Amino acid sequence: MTRRVVITGIGVRAPGGAGTAQFWDLLTSGRTATRRISFFDPSPYRSQVAGETDFDASAEGLSPREIRRMDRATQFAVVCARDAVRDSGLDVGALDPHRTGVCLGSAVAAATSLENEYRVLSNDGEKWLVDPEHLSPYTFDHVVPSVMPAEVAWTVGAEGPVTMVSNGCTSGLDSVGHAVALIREGSADVVLAGASDTPITPIVVACFDAIKATSTYNDDPEHASRPFDASRNGFVLAESAAMFVLEEHGSARRRGAHVYAEISGYATRCNAYHMTGLKTDGREMAEAIRAALDESGVDGTAVGYVNAHGSGTKQNDRHETAAFKRSLGEHARRTPVSSIKSMVGHSLGAIGSVEIAASALAIEHGVIPPTANLHTPDPECDLDYVPLVAREQRVDTVLTVGSGFGGFQSAMVLRRPGTAGASA
Amino acid sequence: MRVHVTGLGVTAPNGLGVEAYWDAVLEGRTGIGELTRFDASALPARLAGQVLDFAAEEHVPNRLLPQTDVSTRFALAAAEWALADAKVDPAALTDYDMGVVTSTASGGFEFTHREFQKLWSRGPRYVSVYESFAWFYAVNTGQISIRHGMRGPSSALVAEQAGGLDAIGHARRTARRGTPLVLTGGVDSAFDPWGWLAHVSSGRVSTGTDPGRAYLPFDTGARGYVPGEGGAVLVLEQAEAARARGAHRVHGEIAGYASTFDPPPGSPRPPGLRRAAELALADAGLTAADVDVVFADAAGVPALDRAEADAITAVFGPRGVPVTAPKSLTGRLLAGGGPLDVVTALLSVRDGVIPATAGTTDVPDDYRLDLVHGSPRGAAVTTALVLARGRWGFNSAVVVTAVPD
Repeated sequence: MTRRVVITGIGVRAPGGAGTAQFWDLLTSGRTATRRISFFDPSPYRSQVAGETDFDASAEGLSPREIRRMDRATQFAVVCARDAVRDSGLDVGALDPHRTGVCLGSAVAAATSLENEYRVLSNDGEKWLVDPEHLSPYTFDHVVPSVMPAEVAWTVGAEGPVTMVSNGCTSGLDSVGHAVALIREGSADVVLAGASDTPITPIVVACFDAIKATSTYNDDPEHASRPFDASRNGFVLAESAAMFVLEEHGSARRRGAHVYAEISGYATRCNAYHMTGLKTDGREMAEAIRAALDESGVDGTAVGYVNAHGSGTKQNDRHETAAFKRSLGEHARRTPVSSIKSMVGHSLGAIGSVEIAASALAIEHGVIPPTANLHTPDPECDLDYVPLVAREQRVDTVLTVGSGFGGFQSAMVLRRPGTAGASA
Repeated sequence: MRVHVTGLGVTAPNGLGVEAYWDAVLEGRTGIGELTRFDASALPARLAGQVLDFAAEEHVPNRLLPQTDVSTRFALAAAEWALADAKVDPAALTDYDMGVVTSTASGGFEFTHREFQKLWSRGPRYVSVYESFAWFYAVNTGQISIRHGMRGPSSALVAEQAGGLDAIGHARRTARRGTPLVLTGGVDSAFDPWGWLAHVSSGRVSTGTDPGRAYLPFDTGARGYVPGEGGAVLVLEQAEAARARGAHRVHGEIAGYASTFDPPPGSPRPPGLRRAAELALADAGLTAADVDVVFADAAGVPALDRAEADAITAVFGPRGVPVTAPKSLTGRLLAGGGPLDVVTALLSVRDGVIPATAGTTDVPDDYRLDLVHGSPRGAAVTTALVLARGRWGFNSAVVVTAVPD
């Protein structure tokens, strides 16, 4: 019998709020949380807007030692993991460490710490031969980011499979998909899965500047992320994290856990086309969607809401619109599609997990978050993108997708517990 | 479903290509020497396993040179060689029937160091248009996928030195779940001045100055490891698919895999390496008595060597199985280390010989290990266990077995 995997705990840190409740409140109110970059002086940069998260590590319960040791992205992950465990009602002491795993996604991992260390070691780029006198004891941890899932594992004493999935901007979908596979095959019963990225640092801003991928609405930061709108001109870089408690369904039911949703299908494909470019036909994303639906045992018409990648670049918006039509056919036109990146920006590898959280909460609360800043759709983007205002609507089956550098295209299907064919 | 290895590609400090590497291993030729990438004369640790004979322009298309770090060039070359070894023509397969799963621990680090320097010394407008993807940890999976038109399920995993075995394990999982061919493996390189100091900051790098004696796993004189660069890529195929296309040679089977994680620092609970080995054997449907050789993680740090010796003797009994660590000729390659050991294990199976742990001469008696050192040992090898540990607590194990003709 196939083992089924459910979400029983959620932890989120994202722009505009300090926890899952505030995150959901922001999304359903249609407010945006993007702003002018405050972490450093952005004036030399082409794109000067970002989704920054107000995060007070010590108020979040991290000790001074943990704060010193962990990169900001690791701090986000650990705080979200603790939240997710609390939310799940799991008794950590009763977990079997051997049957507990961790899958963490991140695209650029410890970029913030690396940049801070680089500036000291090189005296702001003056020296190629960096100075060992100023070497931080944590440099290796920042260069080799698998310390991130290790820190998460230590929060619950996980001794099962622990890994980091780093597939660029689909990392947050792929890490959760990886965790689902581990539980289904019997390698673990409980997995803390999710993703974290805190990339608002000069090197990352500069590298997206270089390829003109990010928004230049510097004079209107709150309205800079405009997926599917004719006036959009790039994505808005952001930082966030989301972690989940994933459990085998039977054991979740036996302990009487609240189940947000079943993760019933997941698939990923590569476009083998270009490291950053997308073809307009959406072929590989459509294939990932079909495979994820197949694994769920449902047909495209079951999809009640599509949580889009919706990054706000012209090539993405057209690519995924084509992918939805290709995979869902006529049903694509009848299905609400929205992008929460319009409100919280694009946190690279983390956003896939943050969007899984939004998808699960849409099922939980019967509300579809809107696409903010969408006033005049791109004529080539002609689906129902839920402009501006959230929609109260019962949703049983959500499709969430991601697309990223390297050509990765991923899709995941979440279902309301108890829906025909889904776990009760 | 059985998963076979049908192609191998190697970029190692002591040999480019499978046969050059294997000759060097059997002859005890080291790839460790003075670090030459930059002036390291003032640093306490100066020995590295460098790939010195790799002319990128001969192995990587010109248009990819400006956009790739040295580690990605190793990965592209090893992938091409592995496909050539398997005599597989990607164009003859359906695009979704091929996937790519790789591991790297440090990404395109030297490339990104240069971009940091441009940013901070000259300004944001000087940062390369390639930086956004030359650095990140998925770069090798993406570049290999594009170069060979592989559109199936693909991924990139990071678990320091254990990540390369995790990639192989996940590639096997991917094949078993329906993708006929998966290219897998790992590479690493971070020998720019910053990357080198990052290695040193681990506190485990040897300050020895004699290339033959700096990295001595399981020796009473063990004093740390020597970092290396490079790695290996393997072609994994569903056994039926390989047979159906008439694959001319099967190097062996990836018969078992498992990974575990150590308890938190300070916990009285035992570390997880023993359990990884036992779970991998169980996954293969084998017992310890079936194993002919163990390729050890071989940290070269006394406490870690002892912990590994304890794990091995717990599974196999005192001196119960030949153990070896030919990585003492290459240094530790991070994500490249596990896949290179898997290649070495498959060559042991092929040629009936266990390569020696070079350098090591004096194994503490209480390790109770049958460590193969001095010279290679002839032995019929049908099953090998490969172990890897990653800093912070990662443990992974792969079982490879012979496939009769």
